Amino acid sequence: MTRSTAQDVAAEEFSAVVTAHRPQIFRFLLASTRDVDLAETLTQECFLKAHRNWTGFRGDSTAMTWLMRIAINLQKDHWRNRRMQFWRHARTNSVDIDEAGEWLPSGESSAEQKVLAQERVAQVWKAVEGLSERQRSVFLLRYVEELELSEIARATGLNEGTVKAHLSRALAKVRAELGGKR
Amino acid sequence: MSFNHQSVPRPCEDEQLDPALRATLADFRLSVHAWADAASSRPRMPLAASPHRGRLWRLAAGCALGCALLAGSVSTGVYQHHRKEIRIAQAREAEHQRQLAAARASQQARDEEDLLAKVDSDIARQTPSAMEPLARLMSDDETR
Repeated sequence: MTRSTAQDVAAEEFSAVVTAHRPQIFRFLLASTRDVDLAETLTQECFLKAHRNWTGFRGDSTAMTWLMRIAINLQKDHWRNRRMQFWRHARTNSVDIDEAGEWLPSGESSAEQKVLAQERVAQVWKAVEGLSERQRSVFLLRYVEELELSEIARATGLNEGTVKAHLSRALAKVRAELGGKR
Repeated sequence: MSFNHQSVPRPCEDEQLDPALRATLADFRLSVHAWADAASSRPRMPLAASPHRGRLWRLAAGCALGCALLAGSVSTGVYQHHRKEIRIAQAREAEHQRQLAAARASQQARDEEDLLAKVDSDIARQTPSAMEPLARLMSDDETR
């Protein structure tokens, strides 16, 4: 296989990976930041970084887990830089918790049930806001992206026991938030 | 109570989720998916197509900075002028006080001198009658 053919194949593979996983990465970053513009920017950065390192991807984990790991690291870097340079970005574009909770697709339930469901979703958002960075990532990967614990462990770089512990603490906080408002 | 029961996260053996919590988490997941789908499909303006965004920011920041500098320089000038006036008034007041003090001191000195002169002349003129022989002897000695 010539060099240009190999590059073409790699480019096609990467293009397929972007098409397949972009929505998931964007969704995770959106749920983590509650900021559409920031989530889009970080998603672009994630795929740019992935593209630069695509040839180095050995396939030890799935492409999804690899991309998610890049996204988590980018998000961490972003918050770290933001803390250091808060004068530059004093304003946040994160949407309000109640506004985030309003995104519930219309179904067959009554209007009253919909309002109650929205309130409970807003309570989950409130609990998620109070989680630590790791707990939040683990919680969102499990209950929004529905990853297995082993996949979460690979994506976060933690061992499975630690992932379970973070998940358990996150669930306890969500339960407490929901229980307190019942 | 779940708003939409079709989608529930796959259970994990370590997670003890009661039905209500499971339903709420399912709703949460659905809401995030719906929000992300809506955000992905929203019309986006490419950064290159909106050049006035950055220009407007720069213009606004430039105006604000200019106003701040102007206000700063004007207020500094006014403040310095005010301080100079205060210093001049203070110097005038001090000079006036010094002149008053000097006048008071010279007046006091004159009063003391007058008093002493009066006392001397009074003493010189009046010789008690009991001292008259002694005074005559002193004047005899002086003539001799």
